Amino acid sequence: MGCGSPTTLSEGALAGCWTGLRTAGRAALVPYITAGHPDWNATRVFLGAARDYGADIVELGVPWSDPVADGRVIQASTHAALAAGVTLRGVLDALREARPAVPVVLFTYLNPVLAMGPSRFLEAAREAGAAGILVVDLPVGSDPATEAALQAGGLPLVRLVAPTTPPPRLARIAAASQGFVYLVARLGVTGASRALAADLGDRVAAVRAATSLPVAVGFGIGGPEQAAAVATLADGVVVGSAVVERMEAGSVAAAGAWLRELRRAMDLARAARA
Amino acid sequence: MRGAAGPAVSGRFGPFGGRYAPETLVPALEDLARAYDEVAADRGFWEEYEHLLAEYVGRPTPLSEAPRLGETVGGRVYLKREDLNHTGAHKINNTVGQVLLARRLGKRRIIAETGAGQHGVATATVCARFGLECVVYMGEEDMARQALNVYRMRLLGAEVVGVGSGTRTLKDATNEAMRDWVTHVDTTHYIIGSVVGPDPYPRMVRAFQAVIGREARRQCLESCGRLPDAVVACVGGGSNAIGIFSAFLGDAAVELVGVEAAGEGLESGRHAASLSRGAPGVLHGSYSYLLQDADGQVAPAHSISAGLDYPGVGPEHAALRDSGRARYVAVTDAQALDAFHRLARLEGLIPALESAHAVAWVLAQAGGWADGKLVVINLSGRGDKDVATVASLEGMPA
Repeated sequence: MGCGSPTTLSEGALAGCWTGLRTAGRAALVPYITAGHPDWNATRVFLGAARDYGADIVELGVPWSDPVADGRVIQASTHAALAAGVTLRGVLDALREARPAVPVVLFTYLNPVLAMGPSRFLEAAREAGAAGILVVDLPVGSDPATEAALQAGGLPLVRLVAPTTPPPRLARIAAASQGFVYLVARLGVTGASRALAADLGDRVAAVRAATSLPVAVGFGIGGPEQAAAVATLADGVVVGSAVVERMEAGSVAAAGAWLRELRRAMDLARAARA
Repeated sequence: MRGAAGPAVSGRFGPFGGRYAPETLVPALEDLARAYDEVAADRGFWEEYEHLLAEYVGRPTPLSEAPRLGETVGGRVYLKREDLNHTGAHKINNTVGQVLLARRLGKRRIIAETGAGQHGVATATVCARFGLECVVYMGEEDMARQALNVYRMRLLGAEVVGVGSGTRTLKDATNEAMRDWVTHVDTTHYIIGSVVGPDPYPRMVRAFQAVIGREARRQCLESCGRLPDAVVACVGGGSNAIGIFSAFLGDAAVELVGVEAAGEGLESGRHAASLSRGAPGVLHGSYSYLLQDADGQVAPAHSISAGLDYPGVGPEHAALRDSGRARYVAVTDAQALDAFHRLARLEGLIPALESAHAVAWVLAQAGGWADGKLVVINLSGRGDKDVATVASLEGMPA
């Protein structure tokens, strides 16, 4: 069902994944988990079974002490992971050992990357089998030297577009992004919300007009109905807080079962549209 | 890690500063920078700002000689009396400027973070004055140690939101304010209280605090007929220090001394001395010195003074440190407490625990200065807010 296989994961894993999805007419299901939360075993099990859950790409969150873009749920999960001793090096080791069957994008804040050094980080991420990176507090144009260093490493650097991004800046971000474009669905931090923005379709269209890269939508998607609606608008659906909450409250299996529900709803919505 | 010249992006002090924020905030920061650049060149704006400082805040503040302190340390010591501003600290210089800017931006809702509560009170004050909604984020630990300021903010009509995550102090209050801003950026202006945060905040807050240095330099020339040999200020985020240093940066003979909080001692690991003991990194939108572990996780700061209890520092201080133009030193909680008492007894002035750090460094120089050494200390705030804390530390019922 999902993207890739253990033998095809490589630097081109994201591109291959999106090509396969496009051919199959499916939208990508992209769950986020916080690495090492609630424990390392959960991370390993989730990464190993992600394909069976219907996921196509996994965003693996690197815990940081001051996650200002994240809401209550992910914030608490990163603080718990840090209290349990999770480090960037540990995240990369876990990724290498898990050998996941789907491409994994490392979702991180900038400071752990700077502490390791951008080029050492890239080398370690590649070596661990990561398929891409996303640095949430490194917006396009903020630090040309660091951005260039991170883009030159052979791993796609995924960039974000926000509801507040004006058209000229959108064009600049679309041109800079690699792998796919991550469209933030609403004003605010990560976390489930009741309703999708009414103009989400227009905003996806605006990104599409600026780039041929796939568009994944995240922030605030909390259930199958919303996931299905986004699947008909965009190329990918990112779910984070809702997954992290289930990982913590129940088990990895509970998160997996919930993702399968989303998978079914997304596929049905796509089939209905076709 | 980075060359001395740094990336060629505006809003940098050498390699330090920048705009490392979530994408949602980038357009708001660009708008704010544009609006600030416009008003920076607008005489009408500065006339309104100066009028409010004169008629509402009570500026200019005096430069008072502290003769008995001078005698104690063996020099001539003057105090820049920011404690005499309305609300009792330098913080209001900045909130007056930013609230005027928020009005120009058409923002009716104001948010702020606060540590000791002085910036929160100064923000609540100007919001009341202009009839704007005000929400202040404050760590729960700070709410406990600065309970009087919490009451003052509420009295002024502000909503005070306790922050129970992370360190439960200024760092996490700032995180929470940034999350609020990401969520309400279309209606809300965020008044950052120090020369920290993403561009344009460090240079904008500096411009609103530069009045301290302009007055102090002029007053020193008038009173003493010459420039001081040294200017001393405490440094948490660093706004009172940048405010007074800014007028003397071009006076190469004037030594600039920033005093950080050494907490329980620099070797104890429990301090807030990011310039003395930190390493460069990114927190709250800018690249500067930061208390952090080898993995880039921000380390908890400690200081007896809530206003200095912050693991980062303004990027201009990082640049001044590296260029050697300013010197950064640190004094302990115990030294600051001693200075709190001694300034009260020697001069009849109870300093804020923050400002007591600057006084403590001067006290520590006793006997080490050449004859006639002339020193200006920025007395950034008054200590009424700290009296209950100090009394209870000393075993007195507050």
